[in-house]
Amino acid sequence: MTIVKHELRHGKTTFLIWTATIAFLLMICIFLFPEIQGDMDAMGELFGSMGSFTAAFGMDRLNFGTLIGFYAVECGNILGLGGAFFASLAGVSMLSKEEKDKTAEFLLTHPVSRTRVAGEKLAALLIQIAAMNLIILAFSLLSIGMIGEDVPWKEIILLHGAYFLLQLELAGVCFGISAFLRRGSAGVGIGLGAMMYFLNLIANMTDHAKFLKYITPFGYCEGADILAEGRLHTGYIAVGIMYACIGIAAAYWRYTKKEIH
Amino acid sequence: MNAIQIDDLTKYYGKTRGIEHIDLTVPQGDFFGFIGPNGAGKSTTIRTLLGLIRQNEGRAQIFGMDTIKDREKILARVGYLPSEVSFYPGMRVRELLKLSASLRRRDCRKISGLLCERLQLDTTRKVEELSFGNRRKTAIICALQHEPDLLILDEPTSGLDPLMQREFFEILKERNKEGTTIFLSSHILSEIQHNCTQAAMIRNGTIIARGSMAELSGTGAKRINVRGSVDLGALIGVRDLHSTPENVDFLYTGDMNDLLQTLSAGDIQDITVTEPDLDEVFLHYYGQGSGRI
Repeated sequence: MTIVKHELRHGKTTFLIWTATIAFLLMICIFLFPEIQGDMDAMGELFGSMGSFTAAFGMDRLNFGTLIGFYAVECGNILGLGGAFFASLAGVSMLSKEEKDKTAEFLLTHPVSRTRVAGEKLAALLIQIAAMNLIILAFSLLSIGMIGEDVPWKEIILLHGAYFLLQLELAGVCFGISAFLRRGSAGVGIGLGAMMYFLNLIANMTDHAKFLKYITPFGYCEGADILAEGRLHTGYIAVGIMYACIGIAAAYWRYTKKEIH
Repeated sequence: MNAIQIDDLTKYYGKTRGIEHIDLTVPQGDFFGFIGPNGAGKSTTIRTLLGLIRQNEGRAQIFGMDTIKDREKILARVGYLPSEVSFYPGMRVRELLKLSASLRRRDCRKISGLLCERLQLDTTRKVEELSFGNRRKTAIICALQHEPDLLILDEPTSGLDPLMQREFFEILKERNKEGTTIFLSSHILSEIQHNCTQAAMIRNGTIIARGSMAELSGTGAKRINVRGSVDLGALIGVRDLHSTPENVDFLYTGDMNDLLQTLSAGDIQDITVTEPDLDEVFLHYYGQGSGRI
């Protein structure tokens, strides 16, 4: 548990900044809803008439006039991108930062096995992501209450659940990548997160690119689909969990025999 | 049982040589010197012993345990002072010492307190604000606070002022008396000569000499640089002589009294006496690294 505690303490500032930023932006969005609700008819037409751009964000199938329709697009983008970036960044630096900051020599000359180091670091990563999602969900529910709307429990839980899974998947994959890196890795994390996001936009635009949803975790986070079907796409999620597991297995495989220079 | 037993250890980094066919034995309780110029393979040897890197051939044992298979068991009994010290930024010295102790599942507060006092280290400071010397002191305490049976020190004195160096070696000698085996790697010859009982010399990745300090005492050469004019005449033990009308520079291995008498006859403005570079020692005593004691 020593390494878990150390990681949580060490990553506290980054964690708080990301969590606060995402929660703050979500709250602003929610507070804006009553304002825009009146203008929604005009807005809905506007958003509905932008062709494939509309489709990319799923706005052709969502009703902006309802809180949950608005929430799925606006808040979905904030939580989706913000959460994805945080999870990727935290994951991709988790193992490699020790070598980048030259602290690996300190850590690994203590009587701890590499397996334990990787395991505790992974645990710290998961705890951070879980805590972030719980805090954000709490603020989101609070804000919905404050603007006097009823909480659409099922949809909110499904949306947030999907984004939680997305973050876990990206974190797992990036954790795997982390074991192979020695130097700065932030670029890899941000790049991967952004790429996945855009892959989903492409997949939304044309049916020919639908298969991309099996690659990007944003595929199962599509607000329009979740609201329409009232459940998550198990196929996409199963594939996503597989990617995460491969990432984590690769991390263990590599890290246990990695040379520390 | 030997504290360290290295058999035919070879490590290549890709195609670059690290160490080649190293054999080395350090008996328990020894104060052992491991000396060689930079890039000779000292750190590679140490990193292999600690399981940070894996050898290509041969094997190494510490207290009879294999450095690959029994890594954690070995590390529990070893204290290591790296040549380059880096800590987690944002932590205070106190927190770092505690982290190190809890990674070992030990409570070392009493001993670390004593050591901090002796080395005059302020534990409330943040590690990134520490001077090079203070960072090194922190690392020294991390290596010593759990009272290891074997201390592996890689260039331990760089950055320490002379007073602290003395205190540090004082602590090491006390520990050694209590039974701790000390493996001191250094490129400073005098450091090894003054503290160690046994030593091995490494150069270009191979051990070129080993034995007791007495056996290796042939290395007591001094680099003498004299500004002024002096006639060295028949002085015995002069090597590598470079002389200009204003300056005489040579490596000296002869009798000190003879040297002083010869010098006193000259007209001298300034004189410096330094330890020769290790490379010079190797060059003059062991040819191109082929000789063995």
